[in-house]
Amino acid sequence: MGDTLLRVKDLRVHFPATRSWQEALHGERPVIRSVDGINLEIKRGEIFCLVGESGCGKSTTGKAILRLVTPTTGEIYYQGQSLYQLTRSAFRPYRRRLQMIFQDPFSSLDPAQTIQEIVAEGLAVHGLYPGRRERRDRVLQALDEAGLRPAKTFLHRYPHELSGGQRQRVVIAGALILEPEFIVADEPVSALDLSVRAEIIQLLLQLREKRGLTFLFITHDLALAKLIGDRLAVMYLGKIMETGTAASIIDQPLNPYTKALVSVIPSLHPVSPEQRLLLQGEIPNPRHIPAGCRFHPRCPVAQQEKCEVLEPPLELKQDDRYVACHLVPRPEGYVTPGIWEKRSRGTS
Amino acid sequence: MTAPLLEVRDLKVYFESERGRAQIVDGVSFSVEQGQALGLAGESGCGKTTTALAVMRLLGQGGQIAGGQILFNGEDVVQFDAERLRRFRWREVAIVFQGALNALNPVQRISNQIMEPMMWHEGLSAREAGLRAQELFELVGIERKRLTQYPHEFSGGMRQRAMIAMALACRPKLLIGDEPTTALDVMVQAQILDKLNQLRRELNLAMILITHDLALLRETCDRVAIMYAGKIAEYGRSDAVFANPQHPYTVKLLGASPDIHGDPEEARRVLTSTIPGHPPDLLDPPPGCRFHPRCELAFAPCHVTEPALITRGPDHVASCHLLENDTHG
Amino acid sequence: MIDVQHATVTGPLELPRRRLAEFWQAYRKNRRGVWGLGALLFLIAAALLSLFLPASFTHTGAVADILQPPNWRHWLGTDELGRDVLALVATGARTSLLIGITASLISVIVGTVIGVSAGYYGGWIDEILMRITDIFLVLPWLVLMLTLAALLGPSLFNIIVVIGLTGWTGTARIVRSQTLSIKERPFVERSVALGAGDLYIIWHHILPNVFSLIFANTVLVIAVTILSETSLSFLGMGDPLRVSWGSMLYHAFDSGAAALGAHWYLLPPGICVVVAVMAFTFVGQALDEVLNPRVKRS
Repeated sequence: MGDTLLRVKDLRVHFPATRSWQEALHGERPVIRSVDGINLEIKRGEIFCLVGESGCGKSTTGKAILRLVTPTTGEIYYQGQSLYQLTRSAFRPYRRRLQMIFQDPFSSLDPAQTIQEIVAEGLAVHGLYPGRRERRDRVLQALDEAGLRPAKTFLHRYPHELSGGQRQRVVIAGALILEPEFIVADEPVSALDLSVRAEIIQLLLQLREKRGLTFLFITHDLALAKLIGDRLAVMYLGKIMETGTAASIIDQPLNPYTKALVSVIPSLHPVSPEQRLLLQGEIPNPRHIPAGCRFHPRCPVAQQEKCEVLEPPLELKQDDRYVACHLVPRPEGYVTPGIWEKRSRGTS
Repeated sequence: MTAPLLEVRDLKVYFESERGRAQIVDGVSFSVEQGQALGLAGESGCGKTTTALAVMRLLGQGGQIAGGQILFNGEDVVQFDAERLRRFRWREVAIVFQGALNALNPVQRISNQIMEPMMWHEGLSAREAGLRAQELFELVGIERKRLTQYPHEFSGGMRQRAMIAMALACRPKLLIGDEPTTALDVMVQAQILDKLNQLRRELNLAMILITHDLALLRETCDRVAIMYAGKIAEYGRSDAVFANPQHPYTVKLLGASPDIHGDPEEARRVLTSTIPGHPPDLLDPPPGCRFHPRCELAFAPCHVTEPALITRGPDHVASCHLLENDTHG
Repeated sequence: MIDVQHATVTGPLELPRRRLAEFWQAYRKNRRGVWGLGALLFLIAAALLSLFLPASFTHTGAVADILQPPNWRHWLGTDELGRDVLALVATGARTSLLIGITASLISVIVGTVIGVSAGYYGGWIDEILMRITDIFLVLPWLVLMLTLAALLGPSLFNIIVVIGLTGWTGTARIVRSQTLSIKERPFVERSVALGAGDLYIIWHHILPNVFSLIFANTVLVIAVTILSETSLSFLGMGDPLRVSWGSMLYHAFDSGAAALGAHWYLLPPGICVVVAVMAFTFVGQALDEVLNPRVKRS
């Protein structure tokens, strides 16, 4: 694991919501706070997992990094360069270095294009390797690397002729052809069958080794995150609840939300019923995020005085473990809060 | 020992299309006892949903039950005429599907949708049906006042609960769930499965749960059948099957399912042994064992004869030639 | 699912050929579409043949030949100038089809540009373009066309321009709505993530996916255009130097031939218009059924 490749600083992505007539009458402008102030740091060569249930803002975060949605406030630094201070054209070269793999392989490929055209699109857009021959060779190389063999037989096919796993490999080939450094993988295997999932995960792990890629892996599947992730962050309603080493968070969660989540996930080595922390109710509507700690209405251990009033900061509570919870004690003698202050002391 | 509530014997379901006949379900046998839960596991195209639909005779166009018996309380469902079927469906067996939004009528209030089958099938008056609807909602854990709402006002989890309530309206003995929680969040899934287990105990309900999530099956179901290409690869008590898988396909499937409490190093190592190739075309399945083209342990008989189900334990069978001369797992 | 090991290497042309064959398979099933296509081909053949007609057929004949009912020399009789009606109808086909197709192309191109711009860019561009579209929709097209034709003068070119610039609204709306839906699809987002600009996306992703819809729509527009041209010519606004079905009807009434009951002069052009419009409509509907992405399953 190397130096910091990507830094997300206090990112907020708020979407205006359609307002009901009652709200209009009162002059309210409701907002959906999809991402509500998060900080992340991803190191070169690692697989960082962003996990959470639906509506937690993980996909939006991934898109914000790639400038596919515009943040309301916050900064994203790639190798020290602030991405949002660049103009659209100055950012364009970065689109080669930061790539994305999408969730639904069935709709992320243009049905009217052949596989060759789809994979070559990155080259065409950036004007690379203009020779027909050369471009075709690059496409074949990318297809082969993505596991589509024999590559030649795929060139003139259309997406609807391929299986889900094959389509996802096409998307991966389309990303690889630009020789990226950083890939945001947004639920890349959720729509695939079990055995196909394993193949794609294996491919991603191999690519990480071979090309030294860095991944932001977005998923709702904590078991998968534990398998593939070096570090992970758990999101809830737009904020990070806990972040640290993947295996240790899953094995010893500190935040009550993480604890509950991990305890109810089915396992082949089932836990006893008493250890399952089944939460009541469902995730609240993101239009009306609870005050104080946003998890407090469902939290089994919430304390009225603190949790209903004050939003807990994401702080270092243990070795390489940051938790946002009033009830998780800080280590002895530790004074400064905040994830960035610690970093700025030159510990990375 | 009492006879099982449902006994499926050598069920065959074929689909006729312009390209030929696909043997979607080709000789499947299993049984479910009252109060028990059976899991049907497998990847897409293995025939698990078709099997469930066949039990309720809901196959629709093109699908034909080409052979076998479906014995419900001793009576063969395959032989039921239209009238008997009408009394069978929803009152003795009910089904909950995956995408509740598709199964619910968007322009009708939930209350109407629950009350209708009760009024039709059981002849209840509107008032009686209304009271029962309230009871059902309480049973599945939705606030009564939501009865008058429309489906789009419900969240995904609530819609699934409403579907379960509807399924239980006529007090069936068997409930079939076709990936009922697949599209839901982890916590909601846990809540609903918890509720289903509770209902199973309270009502002595039998259940068939179809899913591709093996860990889910392990925790919810007493017994499990792993299906591949229209046949049963392995079948038996879920703790036995998962602790000691016998069929190579089961082993691979387990390897491909990361476990939350497993060791990540070990899991990554196992992940490397993926299953090459893809499931067979059921219009023209491979001869012999249907899994053999993708099995690294395949040897001579696998290409020629289909393996029979071989006993590996008190309630544990698997169909694989490798197990024939081997007396223990 | 494809069994890759046994797949043959397909060349870049084999797939379009296969798709054409599949398309024809599907199209064949629509009987009205096949009939329409047959009628169209017949009309086009007639129009082309008219280019080779000897001059005598369209020149003024002797006074004795005026308004002859159908006979062995003139199968559909003659008009008030002694010209063979059948020859006129075939020549008229040429004009009507020419104007129909050319003007429709203009309409469709204008409509597509407006529709894609409005759908893709949204915001105030969409608002302005849609309000313009509404204005054109609200104005009675016949009055608009007559006014423009009167202002610009009756010539072939002007007719084409007038019809073309007033008939784009339907296309614009359809294209806009389809663009809106395609814009939201993940493959467009992927394109943006790869670094593609707006024009690249419009050209490579939006248009190809809208194309089949436009194609079906164009054929229907031609049907309407032919009617528009016929109307204009019937009202005397057509190019006086050209024979078209509408102008034949105009002359038939104007010369009093209609009052004299010269049905052989009135009916043929009228029937031709009806047949042409029906043919294009059937073909357009059949194309829509075969190509419409909503209905199509891969």
